[in-house]
Amino acid sequence: MSGQTDTHPLISRKPRSYAWWNAVNAWLLLLPAAVLLVAFTHYPILATIRHSLFVARRNGTEVFVGADNYRAMAADPIFWKALINNFWFALGTIPTSIALALLMALWVNRNMRGRGFLRLAYFTPTVLPMIAVANIWLFFYTPDYGLLDQLRGLFGLSAWNWLGEPSTVMGCLIVMVIWKEAGFFMIFYLAALQQLSPDLEEAAAVEGASRWYTFRRITFPLLMPTTLFVAINAVINSFKLVDHLVIMTKGGPSNASTLLLYYIYEVAFTFQDSAYAATLTVVLLVILSTLALLKFGYLDRRIHYQ
Amino acid sequence: MNGRTHPLEAVAAWLLALLWLAPLAYAFWSALHPAAYATSFSLSAPWTLENFARAWNQAPFGRYYLNTVVLVVLVLIGQLVLSTLAAYAFARFKFRGSSIAFALVLLQLMIMPDVLIVENYRMIGLLGFLDTIPAIALPYLASAFGIFLLRQTFKSIPQELVEAARVEGAGPLQILWRVYVPLARPTYVAFGLVSVSYHWNNFLWPLIVTNSVSSRPLTVGLAVFGAPETGVDWSVITAATVMTMAPLLIAFLLFQRQFVQSFMRAGIR
Amino acid sequence: MKVFGRTMLAAAAVAISALAPRPAAAVDLTMYYPVAVGGPVTKIIDDMVARFEKENADIKVTAVYAGNYTDTMTKAMTAMKGGQPPQLSVLLSTDVFTLMDENAIVPMDGLVADKAWFKEFYPAFMANGQIDGKTWSIPFQRSTIVLYWNKDAFKEAGLDPEKAPATWDEMASMAAKLVKKDASGNVARWGIEIPSTGYAYWMLQALAIENGQKLMNEAGNEVYLTAPKTIAALDYWVDLSRKQSVMPKGSIDWATLRTDFLEGKTAMMWHTTGNLTAVKDGAKFNFGVAMLPAKERRGSPTGGGSFYIFKSATPEQQKAAVKFIQWMTAPERAAEWSIKTGYVAVSPSAYKTPDMEAYAKSFPPATVARDQLEFAVPELSVHENGRIYKFVGDAVQAAVTGTQSPQEALAGAQQQADRVLRAYK
Repeated sequence: MSGQTDTHPLISRKPRSYAWWNAVNAWLLLLPAAVLLVAFTHYPILATIRHSLFVARRNGTEVFVGADNYRAMAADPIFWKALINNFWFALGTIPTSIALALLMALWVNRNMRGRGFLRLAYFTPTVLPMIAVANIWLFFYTPDYGLLDQLRGLFGLSAWNWLGEPSTVMGCLIVMVIWKEAGFFMIFYLAALQQLSPDLEEAAAVEGASRWYTFRRITFPLLMPTTLFVAINAVINSFKLVDHLVIMTKGGPSNASTLLLYYIYEVAFTFQDSAYAATLTVVLLVILSTLALLKFGYLDRRIHYQ
Repeated sequence: MNGRTHPLEAVAAWLLALLWLAPLAYAFWSALHPAAYATSFSLSAPWTLENFARAWNQAPFGRYYLNTVVLVVLVLIGQLVLSTLAAYAFARFKFRGSSIAFALVLLQLMIMPDVLIVENYRMIGLLGFLDTIPAIALPYLASAFGIFLLRQTFKSIPQELVEAARVEGAGPLQILWRVYVPLARPTYVAFGLVSVSYHWNNFLWPLIVTNSVSSRPLTVGLAVFGAPETGVDWSVITAATVMTMAPLLIAFLLFQRQFVQSFMRAGIR
Repeated sequence: MKVFGRTMLAAAAVAISALAPRPAAAVDLTMYYPVAVGGPVTKIIDDMVARFEKENADIKVTAVYAGNYTDTMTKAMTAMKGGQPPQLSVLLSTDVFTLMDENAIVPMDGLVADKAWFKEFYPAFMANGQIDGKTWSIPFQRSTIVLYWNKDAFKEAGLDPEKAPATWDEMASMAAKLVKKDASGNVARWGIEIPSTGYAYWMLQALAIENGQKLMNEAGNEVYLTAPKTIAALDYWVDLSRKQSVMPKGSIDWATLRTDFLEGKTAMMWHTTGNLTAVKDGAKFNFGVAMLPAKERRGSPTGGGSFYIFKSATPEQQKAAVKFIQWMTAPERAAEWSIKTGYVAVSPSAYKTPDMEAYAKSFPPATVARDQLEFAVPELSVHENGRIYKFVGDAVQAAVTGTQSPQEALAGAQQQADRVLRAYK
């Protein structure tokens, strides 16, 4: 009894000081990363929002203008064009590259002859710099003597100005990006497939189910979380992928291939209009945050199950 | 997984693989042949390294290589150190505000420095780092991805090992160094490979913060060099392109399995 | 691990050296410059800079090639906003309003000992840079647009190979004869190509001038894109491809057009004279260079880049920059530069140097662009140049790709330009 009362203060004090010491340690460990994260992620986000509400005068002072920049943005046809392009770009690249990725993963996951080589071939574009990829593909699309037009020539077709026509420029870029990304997404499926129990498929095979049926009713539903995960990642990616525009089209012809981030780059650094660039960035941030909420909602569930 | 594969499917898989390699094969073809054969394919075309020599002489690619290597090493070391410390804090310390702090870290997974170019440029300018290699690296040094990945790994390390070390009198940092870091090696390799390939290939941000040859990485150097205005012919541009991607490509071919597994490991999360 | 350690050390050393300032010569200058034409231009510049440094041991010039004109302007402005401006740069002569608005540059007047220097240059090239009685830039790589034609193709088409088209109608009808089709009916050679990426506003201005229409006012705060004659100019351009089918459809790339011409894919092209030497070195056929054809009159905008000195440079640096500019634009160097690239030598005295006289005699096209100065008009130059160029370029591209009619496209551009320029009235 007396022992208990004796130890009681000790017990209650020790955890408290321990917790305090613990927290100090933890924050010290966090500090370097936290400083940089604040400096290059959190503060810039807040500063972006702030700058979107001001305009900079030539003499360096800033004037609060409220929603003026946003009104200008709503009236800016190039902004809308870029946003719509982003939508088509995402819609063009994501479903196809995911489907291809799944197909590749299924093939590579089998005991097929030369599957090491196949995996290598599919994955290689992923490790190449986008800028290098753009250089190579630019040549395919060059009118007249580019590879694509030479192929057309073999069939007696006339030359086509692939990147110079608004009707084809987006398609051309989409094909290239699918080539670049499918192998990357394949990896996610491959990882998921290797965690699936082979018994399921075997059981299905014993039951005499067709391969297609097995895939449709068993494998694909089991891969659904992966598909969702890949899809969200792909959408995020599609908003930050603009390197190729710098090399291939500069957003042209007549903004037919411009994307939001590229337009931000143009406005900020070519036109030196940082207030408007901030306004455009806010739109991008809103889009990405929405995606983030989606992803976290989904990710959290996954983490809890682990 | 002994599913029989229909021959047609095998053919399709191979066709797709060849199609996937074709652009790369073309780049090598064009880089290794005289300009006259850049657009016409003939088995009798002579092989040459001339294009590489010309590209190398027309732009300071040596310096670009050095810059990229320094950049990638700098980023990698910074990321590994910072992520390890932060992940350790999140994985093994209970402290008030840890879940909010973690959420704030994760925010960077969605809103990457890549999209905050305007404000980050301002920040780098404020710090006076413009046109230096550290300027390219700084926004990426604290990596939410790295912290997340390592935290998961650290959490999976058995408590008994930690206790054993503690009994031997190890302090928190010693425990980190002797128990956690060695056991997380596969995660480090995975994260390292992903990080190196990302920063070797990164373009837009380096384009913005670098102005001169002394800080330009390979990708920016290639973009400036390959601008069609300069009238450099295709063969030389493809030679420069091949040079830009060669180190990573060779590393990938040599350590294919590690690469794929690293990307997988990093991907599963 | 050992190797790793050494790599680390090397990395740290380089990182530090990248951070540390260079050991100073007496005066350090950084200059950004663009390349918009073919040929080993960076080598030529490096070579000239090296010779200047040899003669002036107390000045060190770091010449940085920064891409095309837009890229270079972007770099210069961005570096300035980041607190690391260059001390001088070669930028579009038309960027002057923007540079003044940004408070980036100083006029040359206070920096030179004798203002008579300004009189040595062709007045047409000084025009863009002289505002409010002050001289803000010195011409360097200056040009006009010229028409290149493939004489062998002319002969093959039954045209007089020595006679270039002198009027719009002539150009269209000759182009029609020059179009060549292969067995399957596809075009193997086009009649004419006018580039519509990069500097589309420049080409449109040429057509507008020839049609008797100014594109902007002196104050640089108004553009005349919806004037009937501007629209007619774009109509003519678009019709060449869409109606008469003598020019390829879609946008035509500025940068690769020279290759098209050299490969015989087009019999005529409009391009800067700055490309002349690259064309001369690359052509495997006889070619000629002519002034642009006339509608109401002959004409071309001037074009190209001038030297600017930045305000933030120290007085010593500004003085050294002037010295460098004077060296680079001296008659012998102007002649050398013109011979090596095709740009117009910036002063009449350059054409009287023995080298230039000999070159002009052996290669008459070398003086066509200079002779055209007589009909030249200052290049489109307004406040917020970069933006306005984009609007005009987008409109031209929308029209040549058939997305919009010339009238619609230009009306849209005018509206956007008006909104931006309102602030400068």
